[in-house]
Amino acid sequence: MNAVFYLSAFVAVIATIMVITRVNAVHALLYFIVSLLSVAVIFFVLGAPFIAALEVIIYAGAIMVLFVFVIMLLNIGSEAAEKEKQLLSPQAWTGPASLAAVLLGELIYVLVKGGSGAGGIGIIGPRQVGVSLLTKYVIGVELASMLLLAGLVGAYHLGRRYRKERRRTA
Amino acid sequence: MKEIIMSLLTVFGVLIAATTIAAGLIWLERRLLGLWQDRYGPNRVGPFGLLQVLADMIKIFSKEDWIPPFADKPVFIIAPAVIMFTVLMTFAVIPFTRAVHVVDMNIGLLFFLGMSSLGVYSVTLAGWASDSKYSLLGGLRAAAQMLSYEVYMGLSLMGVVMLSGSFNLREIVEAQKGLWFCIPQFLGFAVFLIAGVAETHRLPFDLPEAESELVAGFHSEYSGMKFGMFFVGEYLGITLISAMIATLFFGGWLGPVLPPIIWFLIKMFVFICFFILLRAALPRPRYDQLMSYGWKVLFPLSLLNLVVTGGILLAR
Repeated sequence: MNAVFYLSAFVAVIATIMVITRVNAVHALLYFIVSLLSVAVIFFVLGAPFIAALEVIIYAGAIMVLFVFVIMLLNIGSEAAEKEKQLLSPQAWTGPASLAAVLLGELIYVLVKGGSGAGGIGIIGPRQVGVSLLTKYVIGVELASMLLLAGLVGAYHLGRRYRKERRRTA
Repeated sequence: MKEIIMSLLTVFGVLIAATTIAAGLIWLERRLLGLWQDRYGPNRVGPFGLLQVLADMIKIFSKEDWIPPFADKPVFIIAPAVIMFTVLMTFAVIPFTRAVHVVDMNIGLLFFLGMSSLGVYSVTLAGWASDSKYSLLGGLRAAAQMLSYEVYMGLSLMGVVMLSGSFNLREIVEAQKGLWFCIPQFLGFAVFLIAGVAETHRLPFDLPEAESELVAGFHSEYSGMKFGMFFVGEYLGITLISAMIATLFFGGWLGPVLPPIIWFLIKMFVFICFFILLRAALPRPRYDQLMSYGWKVLFPLSLLNLVVTGGILLAR
């Protein structure tokens, strides 16, 4: 299983690098989907099949489809690709690279200290995830649902106003 | 060693059976449509026109496989492969009998939902990569339609999960020993059936490829075997949804006298024929009708089903 873990981690890193460096937005999104799928495989290997499935259904299958949908509507041509190329100048890399270096330092520290890996916990099934979500982490769930409700009301409001204006002009 | 050979045999057996059934459906659909519309359908090549499939295959393999110069080449090539991949992967979790299945996965039902949500990319990316206005419109329609209907599809299945207490498809079938879930979960069954039609973008919900307005929609620019993959992918999708309906709501392999695999195939073929009957009988709705029907009728119905099922389970 270790080999599967390292392989999918490798794929995730490469795919994420490709996401950042692609100039074509849709190609970047495709690599992003690959990255999410390999993270799902990592979850599965670590013994969290339920989270792996949710990762595929929600992130790779729903949220990214919306991204692709919006980019399709934008009709991005070759000029945008030219602009993107200019964005990828060496100076643009300094900020993210220094932040990533901090993370790398942390990772090396944890590895050297020999922190306990997540491998030995065993398989966490859907039932356990559900139980802990609705008992121990119920406040988090409630807060997230309030945030989603606010988003829903906002989206409804925007859609509503647009329809009224259209009716007035017609 | 024996186990490895057995599991390899199951894997390839399932793959070959699924693709053969899907290819055979091309003939079955045209024949049944002919029957229901009072005409012959293909009846010239071989007995009952059965060799029509072979003739179609030869034609589609020998056609020119043309990639438009304005298309985004890598995405254009990946798109038809995605649908074949996601649908065939899902066949891995379906229990055909108590013993015959490729993997006995704890999260089988979620795997099905995940794969069907990845299947959206095939149609959407095909529409985008073709770089033609009809394809793009078809791809946009497909993305919005399939994304919406996935929501009700997932919600309608949660009643089944509640009753059986598992995401494992084999355990779901075992839980139907006393009573098939199509009776206590009739609402869920109805919503899942309609969402399944929309998810495979079959008539009457084939708006992504509506030929009367969008030429051929998302696959307008495709030809040869790449078009063939979309074509077979659609029939594979029908087979998959029918197999899922049989598994989730009609007791899978359960049944008296006949061997289990025969029961499974009978149930599956009844629903395949129902899908074809839908195509023969119903006209295509308008796109906004399709979307508002989904969000204003199916979505509340599936939520209602969820609340009522949960309430009854709690009260028991």
